[in-house]
Amino acid sequence: MRPFTYERADSPAAAAAAVERRPGAKFIAGGTNLLDLMKLEIETPAHLIDVNGLKLDTVEATPDGGLRIGALVRNTALAADPRVRRDYGVLSRALLAGASGQLRNKATTAGNLLQRTRCPYFYDTAQPCNKRQPGSGCAAIGGYSRQLAVVGSSDACIATHPSDMAVAMRALDATVETVRADGTTRSIPIAEFHRLPGDTPHIETALMPGELITAVTLPKPVGGTHVYRKVRDRASYAFALVSVAAVVQRDGGGRVALGGVAHKPWRVEAAEAEMPRGAKAVTAGLLADAKPTHDNAFKLTLVERTLASVLAEAKG
Amino acid sequence: MKFDTPATTNPIDQLKVVGKPTDRIDGPLKTTGKATYAYEWHDVAPNVAYGWVIGSGIAKGRIASMDLEAARKAPGVVAIVTAENAGPLDKSKRNAATLLGGPEIEHYQQAVALVVAETFEQARTAAGLVRIDYTPADGAYDLAAVKDKAEKTKDGDSVVGDFAGAFAAAPVKLDETYTTPDESHAMMEPHATIAAWEGDRLTVWTSNQMIDWMVTDLSATLKMPKDKVRVISPFIGGGFGGKLFLRADALLAALGAREAGRPVKVGLSRPLMMNNTTHRPATIQHIRIGATPDGTITAIAHESWSGNLPGGSEETATDQTRLLYAGANRLIGNRIATLDLPEGNAMRAPGEASGMMALEVAMDEMAEKLGMDPVEFRIRNDTQTDPADPNRPFSQRQLVQCLRLGAERFGWAKRNPKPGQVRDGRWLVGLGMAVAFRNNLLTKSAARVRLDQRGIVTVETDMTDIGTGSYTIIAQTAAEMMGVGLDKVAVRLGDSSFPVSAGSGGQWGANNATAGVYAACVKLREAVAQKLGVNSADAQFADGQVVAGNRRVPLAEAAGADGLSAEDGIEYGDLDKKYQQSTFGAHYVEAVVDAATGEIRVRRMLAVCAAGRILNPKSARSQVIGAMTMGVGAALMEELALDKRTGFFVNHDLAGYEVPVHADIPHQEVIFLDETDPISSPMKAKGVGELGLCGVGAAVANAVHNATGLRVRDYPITLDKFLDRLPAVG
Ligand SMILES: Cc1cc2nc3c(=O)[nH]c(=O)nc-3n(C[C@H](O)[C@H](O)[C@H](O)COP(=O)(O)OP(=O)(O)OC[C@H]3O[C@@H](n4cnc5c(N)ncnc54)[C@H](O)[C@@H]3O)c2cc1C
Ligand code: SF4
Repeated sequence: MRPFTYERADSPAAAAAAVERRPGAKFIAGGTNLLDLMKLEIETPAHLIDVNGLKLDTVEATPDGGLRIGALVRNTALAADPRVRRDYGVLSRALLAGASGQLRNKATTAGNLLQRTRCPYFYDTAQPCNKRQPGSGCAAIGGYSRQLAVVGSSDACIATHPSDMAVAMRALDATVETVRADGTTRSIPIAEFHRLPGDTPHIETALMPGELITAVTLPKPVGGTHVYRKVRDRASYAFALVSVAAVVQRDGGGRVALGGVAHKPWRVEAAEAEMPRGAKAVTAGLLADAKPTHDNAFKLTLVERTLASVLAEAKG
Repeated sequence: MKFDTPATTNPIDQLKVVGKPTDRIDGPLKTTGKATYAYEWHDVAPNVAYGWVIGSGIAKGRIASMDLEAARKAPGVVAIVTAENAGPLDKSKRNAATLLGGPEIEHYQQAVALVVAETFEQARTAAGLVRIDYTPADGAYDLAAVKDKAEKTKDGDSVVGDFAGAFAAAPVKLDETYTTPDESHAMMEPHATIAAWEGDRLTVWTSNQMIDWMVTDLSATLKMPKDKVRVISPFIGGGFGGKLFLRADALLAALGAREAGRPVKVGLSRPLMMNNTTHRPATIQHIRIGATPDGTITAIAHESWSGNLPGGSEETATDQTRLLYAGANRLIGNRIATLDLPEGNAMRAPGEASGMMALEVAMDEMAEKLGMDPVEFRIRNDTQTDPADPNRPFSQRQLVQCLRLGAERFGWAKRNPKPGQVRDGRWLVGLGMAVAFRNNLLTKSAARVRLDQRGIVTVETDMTDIGTGSYTIIAQTAAEMMGVGLDKVAVRLGDSSFPVSAGSGGQWGANNATAGVYAACVKLREAVAQKLGVNSADAQFADGQVVAGNRRVPLAEAAGADGLSAEDGIEYGDLDKKYQQSTFGAHYVEAVVDAATGEIRVRRMLAVCAAGRILNPKSARSQVIGAMTMGVGAALMEELALDKRTGFFVNHDLAGYEVPVHADIPHQEVIFLDETDPISSPMKAKGVGELGLCGVGAAVANAVHNATGLRVRDYPITLDKFLDRLPAVG
């Protein structure tokens, strides 16, 4: 771990300004991802701005009937919020499927969205990795890629985004609220928040340098049956091989987002029109452009079978 | 004490203390954080500096250049050790690769430098500034690719009768290949050492299972006299064989301390451990079984291939097959190829753990071909003698009893023999079983016992407690022998200034180490009797007193102001040549498979074990349930993922290398048969710590087959290997 300096910000805009001022500065929230990466020198910030004191830790109703989730709301608190459990069950279930109780107590909403990939080569600084060291190559392509992306990947990177929470938020059409150093704010639809790797896998989101996430808003509830299914090799405390977040309406229509298959939570709105026709048709649309590796081609079958099971469960 | 005739009645048979489910005597120390682990000796070595190990970034080749400039200038750096300035070093015979590599690189993450600094963070930061250029060379990393170049191991094949002829003639045949992956010990406590020099004397506080091996190998590597090295390792946060040997932490701490001129502390980071230390090597196993329609095995062949660095040994995955089942015609042997991977070496139940995962699935497949119940098939082929030598009986073999009792307790009769039939909601349900088998190994072990004027009995031996319960069973042994309560016994372990014990490994610790304590206690009893002027054969030790004739003297008084002390050990004759000593068990497992996703979860597990006298049913049970858990890991998830291009284990942390978590382990039950084995030692005990692992993986695999009708012969059984063969979802 490289030596770093540390400060506590007292307002969101001041926090953003502090990061903008210092090249190589980063926000720290729960620290459950950032500190691990700093120990391995995968991230080497020279300065940390602690955002835990910014009072962004409440969940509030919005005027149009939705919810505004503060960036610092802990994963445990969000999963347990009665409004989330009642109206956005898929989010609560996705959160509880992630990490462990201890980690969820620390992990924040913003930190969760920004957690970095679990590609094993990303974690080994002796290996080439375009995401860690742009231009160095990608050791995962042609290597051990069982966990990695099957769709939306590029010749530069085949990593996945590991979050469960973000997959549910994608299905719920969440919006990420931010503030910049000059105090200006913007709303980024979650669909545009995470990026595909392309030639620049090190640029993972639409955030500008120094831009601070203040909240995530959810539009008003859409009803339906909410299911989150996470498929993994062990029963708990493992990242998804694939996961399915689904909101299924009585007429069989609804929404589906996938985790564990791409560099971002994966949703293809056009494919959802096929939901009443069943999992095969939806999967065909979702994974139309899939380019799996030898190690992870099974994920195509797995998505379809898991989705079939989810749709059957939703039907009751 | 020489043990060369079967044990007769002795004081242990009283079973006033031994055989009771006593809580661990070291438990309170551990639960209150007072047990000091290797990295936590904060006050023994003042002014300690911190070392950070740098591992090679390539698997094979040479270091072209190493730039230490920036690191040397970094804040707090005290010293940097590399092969260039470490001075002459030897390699002990128990290490395959050198522990400090360079310029030649033998495997990925082979240690190439130690950066020593005032603080841990400074050492780690400075290590990040070291620039190393490598000239990589081609290496062999893929076992399947080098299999044909493998050679027979020095033990040779075990050949009985005419396997080829009998197999060709057998009416029912099985011919299958099974593979097991590389596995990591993944114990909680990483390898760690504090080293301090006083003149030419070296003391290391470390975490090691085999104190005398450590002293021998550390002194040999440093080319110094053995008696100048002291090793202290009273508490060990798990080892599973990963801490049997001298590893880089201890050697580099010693070198770092010499270079820095002050004590140095080194812990291996988790990512380093997976490639820097040892692992259970992968195997490819070919099994052929021929039988008559009534289920009598007429021919059995088991061959296993594994790879290792030059000088490394093979995984002895076929050894149990020499002994487990009858069959007149046999061909059994291990083969080894050269691989440039990190060193393969012992991990809990080396040989049998991997071998039973294959053999016991083969037996299940064979039973299916025969249309026989798998339990009955095994019973049909039980043998009470070494199949290669009918004059060599097993000292005890209650395998059939284990199988029958297990079947009854588990409700085996309810199993549907036709696979893929039982459903519970989204789950396909299956029952599976397998035999557990592991040899009992005899090795000499010594102890010193002191009796003081307060009547306290203190045992000292270099035996280790790797979380197994050694402290407790040794205390129970001494208490039984000396006729005192456990509160009057103190046990001191893991120090090379104590007599050399069996150490912890190969499930030999419990029986041998307590037998050594038994021997020392016999001598102490003699010393007490002599002091009181009575014949030791007439003296009774009970309730803190010695009773001889009508004399009754409290032990404290007998000890006198100076106390009494005795030292002895157990040594074995050839009883293990005349008799085959093994431990047996039966595993029963209920597993469910998600009909859509193929996720496998274990619902219920039962182990029935016959392993001699159980010295402490509570700690023995803990050993067995821990082993069963490890077996679930081996069956369903544990695998060091190998990058075959560059020769390293990619998933080198506990997020990537998955072991079972609580949610994976449901109800577990363990039954021990009432057994004593007078051939094993005066304790009449054997080991259980590894038995519990042997066969579990196969029982899980067989349950998965019963649930789905599908066979996966390539461990771990992950859903990607059979998903496309599951019935359509709907
Ligand atoms: C062992 C383990 C298992 C895990 N398993 C799972 C799992 O199964 N599923 C899952 O979804 N997750 C899992 N996680 C990841 C976990 O969810 C994340 O570590 C956590 O959500 C990160 O939140 P944090 O607040 O701790 O973020 P931090 O580590 O504090 O920060 C993460 C990143 O976000 C940035 N950041 C933080 N707050 C803001 C802000 N307000 N605005 C802008 N940038 C910000 C930081 O600069 C940093 O780059 C696991 C983690 C571990 C360690
Ligand atoms: S897949 Fe992406 S994260 Fe993984 S090694 Fe390649 S570039 Fe790095």
